[in-house]
Amino acid sequence: MLHTARRRWLTAAATVAVGAVVLTACASQREDGGGDDNASGDVDTTFVFGASGDPASLDPAFASDGETFRVARQMFEGLVGTEPGTADPAPLLAKSWEQPDDTTYVFTLEEDVKFHDGTDFNAEAVCFNFDRQNAFTGVAASQSMAYYWGVIMRGFGEESIYEGCTADDDYQVTITLRQPFAGFIPALSLPSFSIQSPAALEEYGADEIGGTEEAPVQSEYGQGHPTGTGPFVFESISPGEQTVLTANPDYWGEQGVVEEVIFRVIGDTTARRQALEAGSIDGYDLVAPADLQSLEDAGFSLVNRDPFNVLYLGMNQAAPGLSDPKVRQAIAHAVDKDALITQVLPEGTVAATQFMPEAVIGWNEDVTQYEYDPEAAQALLAEAGYSEANPLTITFNYPVNISRPYMPNPEQIFTNLQSQLEAVGIVLNPVTNEWVEYLDLIQGGTEHGIHLLGWTGDYNDPDNFVGTFFGLPTNEWGFDNAELFQALTEARGLATEEEQESAYAAINEQIMEFLPGVPLAHPVPTLAFDARVTSYPASPVQDEVYNLVELSE
Amino acid sequence: MLRTIGRRLLLLVPTLFGLTLLLFFWVRALPGGPAVALLGERATPERVAEINELYGFNEPLIAQYFTWLGQLLQGNFGVSIQTQRPVTEEFLRRFPATLELTFFAIILAVGLGITIGYWAARRQGKPADHFAVFASLIGITIPVFFLGVILKWIFAVQLGWLPSDGRQDPRLDATHYTNFYVFDGIITGEWDAAWDAFLHLVLPGIALATIPLAIITRITRASVLEVQNSDYVRTGMAKGISRGTIRGRFILRNSLLPVVTTIGLQFGLLLSGAILTESVFAYPGIGSFLSRAIFTRDYPVLQGFILFIAVIYALINLAVDVSYSFIDPRVRVQ
Repeated sequence: MLHTARRRWLTAAATVAVGAVVLTACASQREDGGGDDNASGDVDTTFVFGASGDPASLDPAFASDGETFRVARQMFEGLVGTEPGTADPAPLLAKSWEQPDDTTYVFTLEEDVKFHDGTDFNAEAVCFNFDRQNAFTGVAASQSMAYYWGVIMRGFGEESIYEGCTADDDYQVTITLRQPFAGFIPALSLPSFSIQSPAALEEYGADEIGGTEEAPVQSEYGQGHPTGTGPFVFESISPGEQTVLTANPDYWGEQGVVEEVIFRVIGDTTARRQALEAGSIDGYDLVAPADLQSLEDAGFSLVNRDPFNVLYLGMNQAAPGLSDPKVRQAIAHAVDKDALITQVLPEGTVAATQFMPEAVIGWNEDVTQYEYDPEAAQALLAEAGYSEANPLTITFNYPVNISRPYMPNPEQIFTNLQSQLEAVGIVLNPVTNEWVEYLDLIQGGTEHGIHLLGWTGDYNDPDNFVGTFFGLPTNEWGFDNAELFQALTEARGLATEEEQESAYAAINEQIMEFLPGVPLAHPVPTLAFDARVTSYPASPVQDEVYNLVELSE
Repeated sequence: MLRTIGRRLLLLVPTLFGLTLLLFFWVRALPGGPAVALLGERATPERVAEINELYGFNEPLIAQYFTWLGQLLQGNFGVSIQTQRPVTEEFLRRFPATLELTFFAIILAVGLGITIGYWAARRQGKPADHFAVFASLIGITIPVFFLGVILKWIFAVQLGWLPSDGRQDPRLDATHYTNFYVFDGIITGEWDAAWDAFLHLVLPGIALATIPLAIITRITRASVLEVQNSDYVRTGMAKGISRGTIRGRFILRNSLLPVVTTIGLQFGLLLSGAILTESVFAYPGIGSFLSRAIFTRDYPVLQGFILFIAVIYALINLAVDVSYSFIDPRVRVQ
């Protein structure tokens, strides 16, 4: 008796251990999130998307990053949307609009549209939203919160270019600006300008950003009561885990087959791929170029977005040698963009001739180009006073352990460019940093040479590309070109697209003659889906709403 | 006994104070900063300055430190810069997940480790023993993230036996009261949900348990070897005491003291091991949140979470010390 008692806990320990092993080894007969939750073989109407992070806020007025936009676009709509598959503005909550003069816009609204809380969408609701954002102060008006209003309207209150909004009748609204701004209509396609239910905004204190100046706390609305007009209604959020939306039964537009949308948070790229392979998600974004072939071979469907980005090799003119235009031209001639694209960038990527993709207003077909020509590069270097005995020596900065839509694999891009530049006799001193440190180094200081960076456009606006890069003197580029700064400032205030078109075409030429850097490519961002996803509305500006997703099983 | 515990708790105060200093300056020594992380490609010096102004990061460091310390003393751990929710709330929301995973891993490591260690020691020098020693060496050296990816590839992707990520299939729409998902499933009678949550623990649990399992195996083996060759065991055998008594009361019980110490230490290590494991398995606990906070330079989260973990670690160590005295009366005298 005693004998067994003494053995008891050894046995217990062994049981726990064996039990664990058995459970692990035992093939679970259950579905583990792979799909059919109904045995009848009907279509599973839940669409699970692998997101890289939580939405930063559920209030789109405070949205400025891709993951927040992704969720916001399902629940919210603005006056203006985009033409499917393009970056061009298209009617959404506004059926049409007119521009009687440079600073006045008259919108005719869709009728019989309701917010998720059952209240009416009308002209008053539109004005409420515009007035609300312009009235932001303090923390709410900071770069970390209402980023886009601040950038596009150039500030808040009296400082902004927004003058006011009047409801002419229930379904007509007039918005006036203080100065002409050609980018106004395309900018309205950003989720930040979504029209939200005034009743819900007030009920849940959307403007009550709590906490202190130093530590803003989201409003109750932004944490759990988003109320828009979109095809999906907010259901729940478990931060770090998932956001759940359900189909809006009273949606005014096309309903679609998806009845439930789940955004699963999976931060790691490899983990997202494995989640798709294991069947726990239906799709994910920003597939690593290295995974494309194996996913395709395994029967997953890959969907490409038209690239709306640019990857460039920046040159800091504050670094030794780079202020000489001959040196910059030599570097441009030394780069073989086609080799770079075929060797390390995703299929479908096109070479860049200027600092914006072709779809953007003001893209210039006849811009000065620097063909791949190693001999010309060497000749230019010789003219600039470099030789084998005295080679051009520069620092090459690039980030590691990061993947951006315009730069899926910086390490490989670097290696490829390194061999091209060394082939013409340039001596490189490679410096790597983790992403945040890298940004700090490039944007915050002068200690860098040539570097990799880029940009994904938010909406069709040339200023969003070249204005962002070259509108002001910066540490990144290290030059002072008053003529270029002036041209960009003037172009920003133009009233019509036609005026913009010619102004930015000239600016693009001006930039490429000056050659602050080498535009490399417009890499194709790819999404991967389970085979049951038969159609996905890919959009260059990620205006992808899941009522248009089609599922087969 | 109570006096000892009281003294240990008092000692915790200066320790934690020192830790706040270390933490604060380590976090601020990280290159870049929350503003740069928040703004990404738009991180121009002007915009960075504006955000630093907003959060008070442009104040002198000493002033910032004392502001933070003053808040801590009032129980205010600040607000996450990334999520704009209070740090305490973020911690409490995620801690049950990590605790559930850690418990699973520790049960696995202790149960298997003591069993294998004892079993190997009783077969000293035989192939089984050599195999156990070799396997534990592999267990200690294999990186968690590598093991995690491999485990997922085999059991989730290729075989489809186990889920690859997360805590529970969101389609189940399970009810949660305590945020311990397995337990929640049991108390609500949603057996599907409990089973699903348990299955989600298996792969990350194995990945997390590997290192402590290897260590506990080795310590148990060494300790059992030492005890079974000691004089009193030989005397006991000579006196003809039954084998079971010798194994249980003489050998195992006396071998356990160093093992218990190890278990306490391992528990703390598991909390840190959770950072990598949770990231690999997209497991929504404090680990994955902390690794994200490192990437986004979320100062308040980094400082607050690591402080919480330190307190938990200290309390576990205290509990281990107290448990000695129950296992080994000699400790009580000291």
